[in-house]
Amino acid sequence: MAHQVPILRRPVHRGSVGMAETIKLEVARYSPERDAAPRFETFQVPLRKEWVVLDALNYIKDRLDGSLTFRWSCRMGICGSCGMMVNGEPKLTCATFLADYAPAPVRVEPLRYFPIVRDLVIEMTDFLRKLRAMKPWIIRKEEKSLPEGEYLQTPQQLDSYKQYSMCINCMLCYAACPVYGLDPLFSGPAAIALAQRYNLDSRDEGANERFPILSQHEGIWACTFVGECTEVCPKHVDPAGAIQRYKLTAAKEWFKSLLLPWGVR
Amino acid sequence: MAGKESQVRIEPFLWTLFSAGGVVAAFLVPVHLFLWGLAFPLGWIQPPAYERIVALVAHPAARVYLFVLCSLPLFHWAHRFRYTLYDGLQIKHLNEVINFCCYGGALLGTALAGYLLWNLP
Repeated sequence: MAHQVPILRRPVHRGSVGMAETIKLEVARYSPERDAAPRFETFQVPLRKEWVVLDALNYIKDRLDGSLTFRWSCRMGICGSCGMMVNGEPKLTCATFLADYAPAPVRVEPLRYFPIVRDLVIEMTDFLRKLRAMKPWIIRKEEKSLPEGEYLQTPQQLDSYKQYSMCINCMLCYAACPVYGLDPLFSGPAAIALAQRYNLDSRDEGANERFPILSQHEGIWACTFVGECTEVCPKHVDPAGAIQRYKLTAAKEWFKSLLLPWGVR
Repeated sequence: MAGKESQVRIEPFLWTLFSAGGVVAAFLVPVHLFLWGLAFPLGWIQPPAYERIVALVAHPAARVYLFVLCSLPLFHWAHRFRYTLYDGLQIKHLNEVINFCCYGGALLGTALAGYLLWNLP
């Protein structure tokens, strides 16, 4: 009668009672040496209440197909490495729970609008170049000497830029931005939000250096205020707000340059 | 390059009109729509007498207000619709025609509003 007793039975996980035991993951695969275009491969992975999409990808890599390639590091929404398209939406896969999608299959693709290096890994050089162009660091005309002490800030001064400093460079906002999709020269949400992070810092004196980059067509003016960047931002940075605020700053500068053509920027 | 530079030169001005028009369209236009479109015709609020409205509109400040109310939302529309055509229909290559029609339409509406308000008794 041994055949009536299931010998190997996956233990039912607490919390997954009532759910299907597995979930289908449709993962985009692309190998530049083999594939002309990205294709999808389907994997069955265990569905557990506490599992995020990244856990499922690691399960595939460990147990099913070691060749699956993707970026990840911290597993806790800080490093910004594991951004991917999950069912067509830009998500941090370490913070996107499988159970929220069950029982339907979950489709995982590399971040939209970026060139694909392999499978789920995108080429981010374009973003890094744009970020660097914004000079995202504190610029001082003259540094204080060490004995003069540190640069003090009031809580209000900190609040004026703190939100923008939460950016983790995950690039979800680029994958969400239809303007970036249409115009690859657009500086993009995160780079502009980080420029504002330093512009609004009371210790910074570099706003004039950032002005020409921000106020060109490919800077803030390419933005048509779709607002999707703010919707998808996992750190609530509100890049769309940062861009609109800078549009006001740049418009004021424009009127100033009109009224004072000799210019005292 | 020259074209792009001139575009950047005028863009902050167009955006300012767009932005100001958005404020007017969001905060003032709904009040007028509510009063003249719903509350007065449905009798929720007693409408002012015709003579009182004529007296009100006779004041230059009221005319300036009505001019702003008519003009700025048109520029808001022009800017938004221009980008809708650029990106939504992806016909950015027709930008000269689009700019002419959008901002030209807003200018025409503004001129018409100015003409009518100027000639009010």
